[in-house]
Amino acid sequence: MSILINKDTKVICQGFTGKQGTFHSEQALAYGTKLVGGVTPERGGETHLGLPVFNTVQDAVTSTGATASVIYVPPFYAADAILEAVDAGIQLIVCITEGIPTLQMLRVKAAMAGTGALLIGPNCPGIITPDECKIGIMPAKIHLAGSIGIVSRSGTLTYESVHQTTLQGLGQSTCVGIGGDPVHGMNFVDVLSRFQADEQTKGIVMVGEIGGGEEEDAAEYIKAFVTKPVVAYIAGQTAPAGKRMGHAGAIVTGGKGTAAGKIAALRAAGIEVVNSPTDIGVAMKGCL
Amino acid sequence: MNIHEYQAKQLFQQYAIPIPEGSYADTPEHAKQVASELAGNGWVVKAQVHAGGRGKVGGVKLAKSLVEVAEFSHELLGKRLVTIQTDSAGLPINSLLIEKIYPIKRELYLSLILDRATERVMFIASAAGGMDIEAVAHETPEKIIAVAVHPAAGLQGYSCRKVAYTLGLKGQQIKALEKIMQGMYALFLAKDASQIEINPLIETDSGDLMALDAKINFDDNALALHPDILAMKDPSQEDDKENEAQRFGLNYITLEGNIGCMVNGAGLAMATMDLVKLKGGLPANFLDVGGGTNVEKVCEAFKLIISDSNVKAVLVNIFGGIVKCDVIAQGILAAIEQVHVTIPVVVRLEGTNVEEGRALLTNTGLNLYAAEDLSHAAEKVVELAKAVA
Repeated sequence: MSILINKDTKVICQGFTGKQGTFHSEQALAYGTKLVGGVTPERGGETHLGLPVFNTVQDAVTSTGATASVIYVPPFYAADAILEAVDAGIQLIVCITEGIPTLQMLRVKAAMAGTGALLIGPNCPGIITPDECKIGIMPAKIHLAGSIGIVSRSGTLTYESVHQTTLQGLGQSTCVGIGGDPVHGMNFVDVLSRFQADEQTKGIVMVGEIGGGEEEDAAEYIKAFVTKPVVAYIAGQTAPAGKRMGHAGAIVTGGKGTAAGKIAALRAAGIEVVNSPTDIGVAMKGCL
Repeated sequence: MNIHEYQAKQLFQQYAIPIPEGSYADTPEHAKQVASELAGNGWVVKAQVHAGGRGKVGGVKLAKSLVEVAEFSHELLGKRLVTIQTDSAGLPINSLLIEKIYPIKRELYLSLILDRATERVMFIASAAGGMDIEAVAHETPEKIIAVAVHPAAGLQGYSCRKVAYTLGLKGQQIKALEKIMQGMYALFLAKDASQIEINPLIETDSGDLMALDAKINFDDNALALHPDILAMKDPSQEDDKENEAQRFGLNYITLEGNIGCMVNGAGLAMATMDLVKLKGGLPANFLDVGGGTNVEKVCEAFKLIISDSNVKAVLVNIFGGIVKCDVIAQGILAAIEQVHVTIPVVVRLEGTNVEEGRALLTNTGLNLYAAEDLSHAAEKVVELAKAVA
């Protein structure tokens, strides 16, 4: 088992015929992802990468039975794309796009409430279940099917965690990049609860960073509900306050959202927090 | 993005939020003229910099005569103001705001923020205005009220009344506060703000409400939608290198150490800084070169890093995802030669074709070290920086 996606997940791509959509769709197809088509308005009826192109997500869902969508559209069109997917009944929406205005995401989240659709991202690498399904921009080669669930706010730190757990021979059940924006879809707790329920997942790597309070929420949740070993790393211990560190959401404001505060909350919940990002894999192995 | 107080007040005026009578000035003569055109016998001269805490360090002065207005303006203009919110170099004062003085009965606090925990735009208000609101929140949280706005319903009257009663307002003041809050909310949405702060919102002797100070921050992701806001940008208030970096699509932040860092990905860039510190060094910068790293970007990144004379050694940490490591290695070599980097550079590469990449970086005759892994890379760069220093 895995979480959220598996070898049978039918995926469509929004922004399919664009440069990013094309490149990453080729990679996904090469990986064996069941990509069944794509959406580009005014290009419906064409064939791209050997797959059908549709004008609307609704057309794509009706024709292909897709339940997941990956979004590679420019930032000012992304809110529209997410809501179109929700409206068409897509269950899992993965938005890779970086740079969506925060107020637009706030409205998207409010509109999604009660629909049951799940959103991963935006500003994220996506989700992968090794050897089964890759939805996103992560490099395929570093992954190994295995037992560790990885959840992270950062793309490249997800890759670090994957690389290290692969080197340790542990492999990954599913890796979820939840994204670096302040207002985003699934959070740590949403993913942790699924890893806890998933039989294949034996241990969890959680990578957080400065800004917001989701790591603190995760610490409380893990203490109460997660029995599997968790190794955490928090980036940004040397980040100055009031400065946005690349990610829109990575900022310490008014003394809130510091790495030190997050590490203290996680340790108080009995979670192993590594000081160095190079110790994630070894620490995970040590917990099993 | 930040703007100046006088610019924020211009926006307030457009959204019917009452502000003191006053105007912008950039020379002592101009300041004197502005003051003489305002009625009254006292004026406030406010240094315009992108930082709070101005009053405590002489950035806000009360003038009792037009001569004093000119004197204070002369004193402030061209100077750099160091406040608790700036670094030790401070920020240049290139402009002033000259305003009439109003008799203050009470100082209140009112702000509008985007609260990421509730995913709502939220008003924060307190009767304890004029002070550092974070200190108030810490010491007397019961003095602060937070009211969230549902994006579909918009700002309702009851939310405004709730704030008004908490602030101890009465009669006409309740309507006046509602008007201010509606103006703030409309401005926030129309211009994609991330924060609007009025501290203090004053109650004058005659009971009127007025925004004595004004601070607005905007969501960088939305700036392209708002050319009017973008036109208010003042590069003199920002770090030169950070401005330069933006032009090339690089995320750069100046820090105070001596080890330059060049990394792909914001999370990994933060982690690299942390690791340098853990190994006994201090990072000179945060720098995310982004995903699609090419030779031009790497060149610009090297230029930025070595333009900081504190930098004694550079750590390049690239996790080659889609881009292969040998291609990245070629880019790094080309950049080092083009930019004439002479200080030691330690490179850690990981990902596809890592062996080929490392081989290219070995025995180059350059001051270049290809590290086996990230831990060794951090140790090596700290050692090299110490040796040079």
